[in-house]
Amino acid sequence: MMKATALTLGILCLLGTIVPPALVLAGMMDNAPMKLAMLVSTVVWFVTAPLWMTAR
Amino acid sequence: MPSDHPPTPADEFEHERVPDRALKGPGSFWGMYAGEHTAGTEFMIGPLFVAYGVGAGDLICGLLLGNLAAVLTWRHLTTPIAMRLRVTLYHKLESICGRRLATLYNFANGLLFCFLAGAMVTVSATAVGVPFPDVRMPGFSDIMPTGAAWSAVVLAIGAAMTWVAVKGYGVVARVANYAAPWMFLVFVACALVTLPKLESHELSAIWTGVPLEGKPKIGFWGVFFFAWFCNAAMHLGMSDLSVLRYARNASSGWAPAAGMFLGHCIAWICASLLYACQLQKFGAGASVAPGPMVYDAVGVAGLICIVIAGWTTANPTIYRAGLAFQGVMPHVSRQAATITAGIVCTIAGLFPAFAMKLLDFVGIYGMVLAPVGAIIVVDIWFARRLGIAVNPALAAGASFNRAAFLAWTLPAALGFWAVRRFEMPLPTYATLPVWIASGLLYIVLSKSIGPKPCIR
Repeated sequence: MMKATALTLGILCLLGTIVPPALVLAGMMDNAPMKLAMLVSTVVWFVTAPLWMTAR
Repeated sequence: MPSDHPPTPADEFEHERVPDRALKGPGSFWGMYAGEHTAGTEFMIGPLFVAYGVGAGDLICGLLLGNLAAVLTWRHLTTPIAMRLRVTLYHKLESICGRRLATLYNFANGLLFCFLAGAMVTVSATAVGVPFPDVRMPGFSDIMPTGAAWSAVVLAIGAAMTWVAVKGYGVVARVANYAAPWMFLVFVACALVTLPKLESHELSAIWTGVPLEGKPKIGFWGVFFFAWFCNAAMHLGMSDLSVLRYARNASSGWAPAAGMFLGHCIAWICASLLYACQLQKFGAGASVAPGPMVYDAVGVAGLICIVIAGWTTANPTIYRAGLAFQGVMPHVSRQAATITAGIVCTIAGLFPAFAMKLLDFVGIYGMVLAPVGAIIVVDIWFARRLGIAVNPALAAGASFNRAAFLAWTLPAALGFWAVRRFEMPLPTYATLPVWIASGLLYIVLSKSIGPKPCIR
């Protein structure tokens, strides 16, 4: 359960790293929220990755 | 970029064949290669292509074909030899070259590792220095440290990296695994965010084909040879025997494709876009320091990416350099040797020259270390057929194989001379001729002055 949750969060974080820049490219997002979304995704990624990558 | 592999698996079976129970499937290699060839220095190599005046077509074709050639070399040269021997490069070198010559190779290897790690420290310092206005970021023309604040940042990073390397690399290797997919996406994110900022989206306005003042012009062949030989020490030079000796199947030899096409192809293109954007905005005076460029594009996440990318690659490099130095000075402890390597690396990191001339340095790195791979190829595939002793130093009980020494150093020295004499834009133009010359010279010299097996 823990592993599945961490994996789901991890996937969301990867999306949070790449989707906001894609939205900036498409002109649908500003730079400031994109940078914040990437930072949050980065932090959560490094918190969750050990939980599911180690358990693999 | 040229990276060293985390030495996790190589710490075992240093002096024996890898047993069947320790072999690993292809899955163990793909992620490792992908992570290790997406390093902090990729942020430096991309901009250098722009500065060297590479055109768009030359860049894309050169990267695709050059990286393909590198992958094929790994797959069809390094992997078969690694699977046949299943020992480390150092172990094999001792059998061919003798202990003293293998030690000399270790020293050269360790020193070059230190300079490479120094370039990674420099790149990391441009990220850590962003919040500090007193830190003057280095430019292309900077060779010396740019000031006291810059030096303080480099010393702090170098000390931290050395401390972690002394403690062991387990944590760093794990962080490298965690970071790999995220890091690659940050590179792509930098490119996505930069595209709308470009004043012109014409490919010819991004990769203009015009070098910056004082830089040589390179085209398709420059990119092709660089992409092929920037890791020459690893594939042609057989350094990756230490990793691929664990391969259960030859298909593991395709795994470097992950590192080449994600790290050396896409990441370099993304990084070059960052600098092209700076050039369009600020002209030839644009800053090339990766830290401010990436911060401007994607913010703090980008700075974290540079630091982690540099740290996860520099740390095993320092650790490896420490092991190499320990091979030279066996009486010194592993910790002391690693600290020595860390100090040399940090001092190198103070001087931006290694990062700003990374294309040249990587070429030199390959040209110095790759030729021993040709000697190994001759020993394994041709020696018996040509009537040369296999593992001559081991067979003769010699500690210094003069034939191997001359076959290693003479072509490399000639290569350096040729690069200067014919004003080649990059040393990687000479890597293949030097490698082939080493193999041929080894055959000739082995017959005349090589150690002869003891008759019992």
